[in-house]
Amino acid sequence: MNVIKKSRRKRVIPGFGLTLGLSTLYLSLIVLIPLSMLFVYSARMGWHAFWSDVLDPRVVASYMLSFRTSLLAGLVNLIFGVLIAWVLTRYTFPWKRLIDGFVDLPFALPTSVAGITLTTLYSANGWIGRLLPFQVSFTPLGITVALIFVGLPFVVRMVQPVLQDFEHEVEEASVSLGASPFQTFRKVIFPQLLPAALSGFALAFARSLGEYGSVVFISGNMPFKTEIAPLMIVTKLEQFDYSAATAIAVVMLLLSFALLLVINVLQWWYGRRFANN
Amino acid sequence: MENMIQSDVSKQTLSVRSSLKSAIVRRLFISLVFLFLFCFLVVPLISIFFEALRQGAGVYFSSFADPNTLSSIRLTLIVTLAVVPINTVFGILIAWTVTKYAFKGKNMLVTLVDLPFSVSPVIGGLIFVLLFGEHSELGRWLIAHNINIVFNVPGIVIATLFVTFPFVARELISLMNHQGTALEEASLVLGAGAWQTFFRVTLPNIKWGLLYGIILCNARAIGEFGAVSVVSGHISGMTNTMPLQIENLYNEYQLDPAFALASIMSLFAIITMILKMILEKNVQKAANGRP
Repeated sequence: MNVIKKSRRKRVIPGFGLTLGLSTLYLSLIVLIPLSMLFVYSARMGWHAFWSDVLDPRVVASYMLSFRTSLLAGLVNLIFGVLIAWVLTRYTFPWKRLIDGFVDLPFALPTSVAGITLTTLYSANGWIGRLLPFQVSFTPLGITVALIFVGLPFVVRMVQPVLQDFEHEVEEASVSLGASPFQTFRKVIFPQLLPAALSGFALAFARSLGEYGSVVFISGNMPFKTEIAPLMIVTKLEQFDYSAATAIAVVMLLLSFALLLVINVLQWWYGRRFANN
Repeated sequence: MENMIQSDVSKQTLSVRSSLKSAIVRRLFISLVFLFLFCFLVVPLISIFFEALRQGAGVYFSSFADPNTLSSIRLTLIVTLAVVPINTVFGILIAWTVTKYAFKGKNMLVTLVDLPFSVSPVIGGLIFVLLFGEHSELGRWLIAHNINIVFNVPGIVIATLFVTFPFVARELISLMNHQGTALEEASLVLGAGAWQTFFRVTLPNIKWGLLYGIILCNARAIGEFGAVSVVSGHISGMTNTMPLQIENLYNEYQLDPAFALASIMSLFAIITMILKMILEKNVQKAANGRP
């Protein structure tokens, strides 16, 4: 009976075969087949060539740099993202709506525009660079600055809805039972924020690892010092070394898949923990 | 009695003190956020327009007389006009498939939709160079038949399709999941045809979310740099889009024209953000309208 109901339910809306077919076709043409080219191409290379491209010292230095700067930028965005989300949901102040919308600027501004602007601002005679006693543009610090800009909205946009839906009763209960504001934040609010904040962090981190446009200008692109991993792909392509470019791309792709997996596991784990409580 | 009064007073001073403390924290937090956003968002945005207009309006407008700059604006328009409608139609189609039917492998499809967001744009360009370049059989066959995709406009369009594909589809999937299938079923049971149901029932319900997705897709299509940079081949006046032309000008130390072009793109970004703010409200209403 149940089975009949289900299968009949499916057929109420017509066009299943057609829409599924077209959807699958489009996704295969635009996403699946092109991406699988990476694996086809690197499989053709053979293990030895693949590993020697992947483990080339200059390339390894670029992974490490990308990882380090993305991590640092992600952490800065984690802290300020939670703070911005908190201020935007808890307090009222002039121009709040404008500022709220403005947080999305890094999503809307083309990356090359952000790149040349940040480079100019943070170079030795730029508006901000002039005020600082140390060099920012053309150093790993400059890369981090660009990545902070690019990843800024992620944590804010993940944490904000959680804070908005937060039940004030729980918080009031905690305060009326004698907890200090800090204790309330640490024991009541923070655990609920954490999964959203961590997902935002992971998204910003993943975006930073792959970011190219805003970084190439400010990084200065010195071998072993300020070359990021996506730049290595472009450099290898410019030298017509397609196999090395592909090998690096495969490593980066696997890294971002691993990161996606971590995000999903984190969310599942926290979902379960709260369901049990 | 005295005791009670005293405790009441001390409670009051305590609450005064804690509200004072929270007022200080509030001030501190708001100032920190203002400072951070000022340094990272406001100053960069202002400086774009400052740099663009520094030499006066004459130099600013003469930047756009450069034929290479003009052709880059034209190319960006062409690419955007090709990409946005295609991704809109297929975004609706895929969101419809995923949300209106139950079938095996649905999660696979959704994962594929999300994939372009988690791939570096540079890789998004590279895969099409591998697929259509002279290194694959397909590419060699196409080139032998005089169909050049890589380092040409079609390659730029395809790479941009890849990068911007998730915007419309993702926005619609989450909205249509919220809305369910009851209305479509009612419409069909009452005798409306499939197309009629789509245009009269589904489309009016998703229009705000659709517009929202289109605006994001449009902004990204105009501004995409990494993927386009890999497939375009950087031929000035031929395959340079606006972001690539900015890079070109900047690398040739032509800072004024570079920032002039950047200022136009920034203006576009600001318009996008304003539209986004307006639409966000309507999208939320549409999602909450039907539990």
